Order: sequence, then structure tokens, then C-alpha cells
Amino acid sequence: MTDTSCKYETHEHDVIVIGAGGAGLRAAIECSAQGARTALICKSLLGKAHTVMAEGGIAAALAHMDGQDNWQTHFQDTLYGGKYLNNWRMAQLHAQEAPERVRELERWGAVFDRTPDGKIMQRAFGGHTWRRLAHVGDRTGLELIRTLQDKGVHQGIDVFMECTITRLLKDGQRVCGAFGYWRQTGRFVVFQAKAVVLATGGIGKCFKITSNSWESTGDGHALAYQAGAQLVDMEFMQFHPTGMVWPPGVMGLLVTEAVRGEGGLLCNNQGQRFMEKYDPKRMELSTRDVVARAIYTEVKEGRGSPHGGCFLDISHRGAETIKRKLPSMYHQFKELADVDITKEPMEVGPTAHYTMGGIKVDADTGASGVPGLYAAGECTGGVNGANRLGGNSLSDLIVFGQRAGAGAAAYASQAAAPRLDQEQVEAAAREMTSYFGRPSAEDPYRLHLDLQNTMQNLVGIFREEKDLTTALARLEELKQRAAKVGVVEGQRIYNPGWHLCRDLANMLICAEAITRAALWRKESRGAHSRLDFPQYDDYFGEHNLLVQNDGGVMKVEPCPVVKVPELIPLVEQRKAREKK
Amino acid sequence: MSSRVFKVWRGDKSGGRFVDYQVQAEEGMVVLDAIHQIQRTQAPDLACRWNCKAAKCGSCGAEVNGKPRLMCKTRLDALPPGDVVSVSPMRSFPLIRDLVTDVSWNFQVNQKIPPFTPRPDATWIMQQEDVDRVQEFRKCIECFLCQNVCHVLREHDLKQHFFGPRFFVRIASLQMHPMDGLDRMALLKDQAGLGLCNVTKCCTEVCPEEIHITDNAIIPMKERVVDRYYDPLAWLWRKIRHAP
Repeated sequence: MTDTSCKYETHEHDVIVIGAGGAGLRAAIECSAQGARTALICKSLLGKAHTVMAEGGIAAALAHMDGQDNWQTHFQDTLYGGKYLNNWRMAQLHAQEAPERVRELERWGAVFDRTPDGKIMQRAFGGHTWRRLAHVGDRTGLELIRTLQDKGVHQGIDVFMECTITRLLKDGQRVCGAFGYWRQTGRFVVFQAKAVVLATGGIGKCFKITSNSWESTGDGHALAYQAGAQLVDMEFMQFHPTGMVWPPGVMGLLVTEAVRGEGGLLCNNQGQRFMEKYDPKRMELSTRDVVARAIYTEVKEGRGSPHGGCFLDISHRGAETIKRKLPSMYHQFKELADVDITKEPMEVGPTAHYTMGGIKVDADTGASGVPGLYAAGECTGGVNGANRLGGNSLSDLIVFGQRAGAGAAAYASQAAAPRLDQEQVEAAAREMTSYFGRPSAEDPYRLHLDLQNTMQNLVGIFREEKDLTTALARLEELKQRAAKVGVVEGQRIYNPGWHLCRDLANMLICAEAITRAALWRKESRGAHSRLDFPQYDDYFGEHNLLVQNDGGVMKVEPCPVVKVPELIPLVEQRKAREKK
Repeated sequence: MSSRVFKVWRGDKSGGRFVDYQVQAEEGMVVLDAIHQIQRTQAPDLACRWNCKAAKCGSCGAEVNGKPRLMCKTRLDALPPGDVVSVSPMRSFPLIRDLVTDVSWNFQVNQKIPPFTPRPDATWIMQQEDVDRVQEFRKCIECFLCQNVCHVLREHDLKQHFFGPRFFVRIASLQMHPMDGLDRMALLKDQAGLGLCNVTKCCTEVCPEEIHITDNAIIPMKERVVDRYYDPLAWLWRKIRHAP
């Protein structure tokens, strides 16, 4: 007999941080350093978040390799990459503060690769004018998360592992905590807090071919949306140009851009370096949106590799260099695909990798529009605009993790103790137990696959109105089916089927937001390519799209890009240079 | 596509048994793919911990045909063809359910290790060759397979007296960091129980990151502990040097 008890335990903190990747850890460290009683809640074990998958590096204008680099150029590159839809203030803070955040990591024990004169080494990456990415071989994300983890656990942060938040609790307009469940016992838990920081990462699991882990189900996007916050730039989903295409079990698995940063060449099945057709100036180191479309086009026009990708070759760099600079890639291909990348080319193709869209936040504090609700990292939107440059994610995590942590701690120090609403807690508990005992329940695994196929086929790299309209109709059907999804078998202890039932609700919200925004934006820009509107449009070039919950209906509306008047000369200078 | 039989351990603290599942084997498939297929088609509640599926997060450790492995990196075609594949949870940690164990002890141990503490005169100028060794240790993905296989923990269950290979690697990464200013020798000798390790190298053999745990971390630190606490000449020298 399944335990349908709605009993729960309660914890009280000043700030709870949901998500323990780079942004969540950095936010929690900051909250705790500011004196706030801080909880860090993670869906998996500590140190396993998707940040460990980040490979290439952290973009920061340290100017160790190229003395000319400075924050202004990093800011310009970020805006150029984002096709000028970025929140300028976020892009400014990001470029200005990334170097200090990287030096701070070093002071906390991170060990970056070194330059010949003993400083932090930096490598070239797509869209960055100078060699800018601080890195550790091709496992930079692991270094970042481990450094923050070891810093954090000695700071008195309460860590709650394998604990999934399913709902934010509100006291009137403000957020006052969260409801969740322990994976290891299946029991419920309530966190009472003055402020909440969302740092839940991406939404890649909405797509069939993705580089993301099972955790990337858009929890923070959905929690914030349901709590009344606005989402921005949801139409911009980054397809990383190079994911593995074979064997089937690892399709979509990331092949780091560092391969191209270290000199990797992209060729089609005729041996042609096809990037000369798409971006002769930057070639393989063009921005990700351009390279992903190029590979997709080559494959579609019959010039693909045997398993439906293109060739990426680094073998000319020699075995020793490859094993030193790209050790994970060497092992990944050797062990999973029987390919020795020191001798033969890899086969790669686009994979859903990163969402530029997310919770709309105040650049300086990470505050969302809902009092007490803060956010940082991939679950926010703004810094990356229409397309993110490689390396700007890890820097985003630490710059805005720190800022959101400080913002939430400052809010919590002023805020009165919140009141918990018993009814909201009970409703959240009922939702979780309702998945049990549904007769002829829908299978969550089947439903997930149908969702992924819908998004992959209809809301992918190239989009058009009829596909997007069809996708919306399918999503509507999927929502109906999701209302009947249930646990066919088993109990509450560590039950992945039960868990997926709840994850689906989040993914469906994100999928709908992406599709509705994609339908609205009648132009092609950055990661959003419309076959029926292949050009830039001046109106859309000045507007972001906001998605929010309007009485149970998802509403999309445009709002002008956030600009900073004193930065206009920098932006104009860059636009003029690109025209040449 | 051929079919293969998987024997997967199902159960919890109160007991369990191996259950047979037929898996449709695809080209290049790994054990974790098979487990996912079983979840999707036959046992939606089969408990299994995983994240990245790329051997980078270290979540999916289990015993495949009795050998500790990352499931995401163990290809079916690398196992004896035709044979039944058995998958069971790591044995050295308390079971939660099916393939999932309670590894929280490891996180408690980590908290006992004094963190990186820069020397007051740290310049932050470090040569690559001076950090190569530390970087090797920092490759660790905390899969805890080394902890699982170490017989001090597996057979003798000395968790109260012994930190295990993972945390000797962690301590080594701090002790050998050119800018670290803290001494963790007493911790190694006493609380961490470094002396209990008798260098059988089981940990090194299972490390998916190929860290030379025994040769590069444990043995050099054993030597440092011996030099510090058990070398009579060094003891005498310290006495003389520190004499008033």
C-alpha cells in the first residue's frame, strides 16, 4: 500500500537557495557571508549539478594572454553575440566583474591552467575578440563547482541534498518559502524563508537531442512563472553546434567548443571547410547560432557524415597536445564511440544546450518582479540576449550568483518574518500524492518522449508559423494527458517515475513559453531562425518578449531592450566595425 | 538489435533479490542506457542515481558483474558476449533502494578536512609543472568507487577511523597546492587513519579518472607522515632547531 500521508517537516531560514550548480553555490556563499541563515537545496547530490558538464572555460577579461583585452571589449562581444537584445546593464556588470570573480575562485583554491609566466591561462573561443577563457583543460565546470562546494560547506550553509522543490509558497504578494520532497524517503518538507533564490539551470530536457542532464527540466522557470514572475527571451534556445551524433545512447552529448578553440576544423563529407561559406571571417570560431545552422544545413543538403553530422578534426594538433588540453574529449570518444581523436575526426551535430531565456531580474540585485524572489544563472534571462557566447555561462553564474546572494540577503535582513499559509502547503502535498492510484494512468516516460519529439521537430533550429502552431496544439494535448499522468508502480522512496510526473509539469510550461515566444517573434535573430521571416526586423531588434501568467493564460508581450545611455558609444562603435 | 538479459538488484533495507529483464541491445549501448530502457518499458520505479551520462558527475556508480564501474561508461560490447549482465548497488554504503545507496558519510568526511587556506605571502604566480600534480587530484568526480572498493571500508567497515582514498586525494590536493599554507599532517596520521591503508592499489584500479591515487597521493603522504612523526633523525633535528 502506498503511503499517501501528507505529513511534512519544516525548516526555517533567512534565505533558501534552490539549485546547487555554480550560481546557486555562489549565491549561498554570498548570503551566508552576509550573515543570513542560508539553506542550499539541490535536486541531486552536492557537486553533481549540470555545471560539472561545462568544459571550455570562464570568460573574463583578465588580459593575461592578450594585453589589449578589457571589460569594454568583452561587453561589446557579448552584445554582438546576443544580437543587441541583451540587457545592457547585465552585460556591463558581467564583463566588469568576471575578472574579480575568477581571481576569487583562485583564492578559494581553484587551480587553473597556467601561462608561461605563471598566471591564469586563457584560450580563444567563438565570438570573443581576444583569448579570454580561463580554463582547466576541458573540465573547467568541475573545477568551479568543486571549489565553490568546498568553500561553501565550511561556511555554515545548511545543505539539503536530493530534495526537490515542487512549489513556491507565498504570503500575499511576497514569496515566503517553498514546498518539496525528499527523494530518499519520499516525505514532504516545507522551507520557510524571507527570501528565495532560484538557481535551477536550464530546460534542455524539453528536447530530444540535448547535452543536458535529467535535471534540466526548467524547474525555476516554471516555479517563478507560477509565482507571478515574468520570463524574458524564451524564444532563444541555444543549439550547441557540436554534440556527439553516435552511438545512439550518447546522441547530443557535448563536444566542447574548446576543440575549435584549440584549432579544430569543421568539414563536410566532401572534405570542404564549409564555414567559409557561412562566416569566412571567423570560420570555426563564429558564434554558436551561426555554426549550428551551418552544420544543420550541410547535413540537410546531403553533405553530412555517415551518422548525420559533420566532421570535426583536431588530429593535426598532435596526440600530446590533445591529451593535455582536451583530456575529457579524448576519453569520451575513445570509450563511448571507439574513436581516437588524436588520429581521426569526430562526428558532431547540433544539440539543445542552453536557454538564453529565463526569469526577468534586476541586473544589480537579481530581484524578480515578485517580492522576495531572486534568481541567478541559466534560469534567468537578459545577459545573453539572442545568443550566448561560449564561456559567458560560467562567468554569468559567479557574477550574478554573487549579486543575487547579496540581493536576497539584503532583502531578508529588512523583511519581517513571513506567515505560512497552511492551505497552500496542503494543496502542494495533495498534488504530489495525487499521482498515485490513478486508474489507467498515462505513462510519464511516454509523455516525456512525445514532448521531446514535439519540441525537437517543430520548435528546433529552424522554425516557421505552421510548425509552431502545430506545436501549440500538440502541447495542449500533452497538457491534457499530463493531467492524467500517474505512478504505475512502486512507492515514494526514490521513485523516478513519480519524480518525472512532477518534472513534466515544469517542462510543459517551459515548452509552451518557448513556442509562444517563437511564434511572436516574426524575424530571425541569434538562436531564433524563422524560415518564414529570414531577415532582421527593426522593431524586434529593439524589443524583448516577456511571458507571464495572466489568470491561468500564458501571455506574451514585447518590452523595449534595457539600455544604458553612457554605453551607447561603445555599442555604436562595435556596430560600425561589424558593418565594415 | 539483439536481446540481452540483465539481472538487476531490486530491494531496500529490508531485503531484495535480483530480477531478470530483457533489454534490446543497440550499437554502442552502455549499462546506464539499459537501465533507462528498463525504467521506460518495464520497471518505471527502478531506482538509479545518475546525472550527466558522460562520466563527468560521478553519480552512477554501481557493481556491474560484481565490478565497481560507472554505468554510463561501461559499454555492453566490452562485457563478455552473450552472458547475463548483473547490476547491483555499491556494497560499502547503506542501501536506499535498488541501485541507490546512501553516500552521505563521504560528505561528512569532507567537512572534517580544513579547506584551502592561502599562505600569507601567496603571490598566485604558479608554474604549470608545479600544479600538474594538484590538477591530477582535482580531476576527481567523487563517484566514490574508490571508497566502495577499499577493503578498509568494504570488509572492515572502519568508517569511524578512516577517511578513504577519495579524501586522501583531496587532502593531497591541498597539501601539494603551491599556495596553501596549512599543515594537515596530524589530521592524516590520526583522524584520517592514513596508516590503515596497506597500499593494495584497489582504489587506483577502479578510478574512472585514472588518478594515480596510491602512487601519487597516498604513498607521498605516508612518507611525509613518517618523516614527521617516526623519523628519529628528523625528530632530533627539530628538537635542536627549536631548542631555546
